[in-house]
Amino acid sequence: MTTLIIIYSLVAVSLILSLIKSKEKTKKAMNVAGKAFVKTAPSLLAVLGIVGLTFGILDEQTISSLVGEEAGFSATIIAAVLGAITLIPSLVAFPLAGSLLRSGATVVTISAFITTLVMVGMVTAPMEIKTLGTKFTILRNSLGFLAALLIAAVMGVIL
Amino acid sequence: MKRFTLVFLILAIFIALAIFAPATAEHSSLALWDYFKEMALIMPPVFLLMGFMEVWLPKQNVQKWLGKESGFKGGVLSLILGTLPTGPLYVAFPMTASLLRKGASIANMVLFLGSWAALKIPQLMVEIKFLGLPFTIVRFSLTLAALIVIGLIMELILKHDKKKEWMQSDLELQGMKPDEMQPQGALEGDR
Repeated sequence: MTTLIIIYSLVAVSLILSLIKSKEKTKKAMNVAGKAFVKTAPSLLAVLGIVGLTFGILDEQTISSLVGEEAGFSATIIAAVLGAITLIPSLVAFPLAGSLLRSGATVVTISAFITTLVMVGMVTAPMEIKTLGTKFTILRNSLGFLAALLIAAVMGVIL
Repeated sequence: MKRFTLVFLILAIFIALAIFAPATAEHSSLALWDYFKEMALIMPPVFLLMGFMEVWLPKQNVQKWLGKESGFKGGVLSLILGTLPTGPLYVAFPMTASLLRKGASIANMVLFLGSWAALKIPQLMVEIKFLGLPFTIVRFSLTLAALIVIGLIMELILKHDKKKEWMQSDLELQGMKPDEMQPQGALEGDR
């Protein structure tokens, strides 16, 4: 609830400031927001559907046996690899991760997924190689993957 | 239409479930509705905020700010610029390449790319909403620390790299000047 209040007040303040400074630019901002929303909408819808299906078909027991305490280390590694190879916008991945966490997934597995998702980009690697070079790309992504595993382990200890 | 393929596939599964396993379909729809309510509240302000920042932040200056006078200030600046919502990661690659050519340090650029991908402000708000404040704070600080270490390691390794592959961008090979590589179409695409 507090998150929502903070976000909505932030938006309200930005809107007022923006309107005071320029009506035209405010209109443009709305346009940009609308376009970004339309672009993201399909993946948001898809994730909604996947979350729905996941929780409709699997009960909490099955989920926690897949990504929870019992699944152990291998589940964490699989989550990390999945995070590294998929290109899900994190905006869209957080709701799914949150729901898995709430139904018994371990913090280590979820943070491994989230961290590799944002730190390692297999899908964007070809573009990265083209602009920044092979060495740079391989170093950045492999170090990122290692760091992600470390971060996940530390998060499991702290949280 | 391609973007909706997955949506249609999921819809088809829902219809199949409704016919063959109505109980499961009902269960799924309820879970979906719960999530829809949560997302419907958080997404509109996040997108609006992205829109405001996109319009009001002078993107042309970004490259100037991250130029030669890097150092600690440049590091902080790289981090801050990365966290601002400025579109998908692949927009950042050509920007990074041209900044490197203009003399930005590798450590700073790793920080810039890393925070661009991992520490974006609108995304952090969604993270707080769905994964909680403690999770978000711990992930943020650990990721930041990791990015600084990775940056320094890469700086050490690549300092003596003779090839410096980022010096020849593919756009230059196509006969364009690096200055024409203005980042455009931010927010186009998902990340």
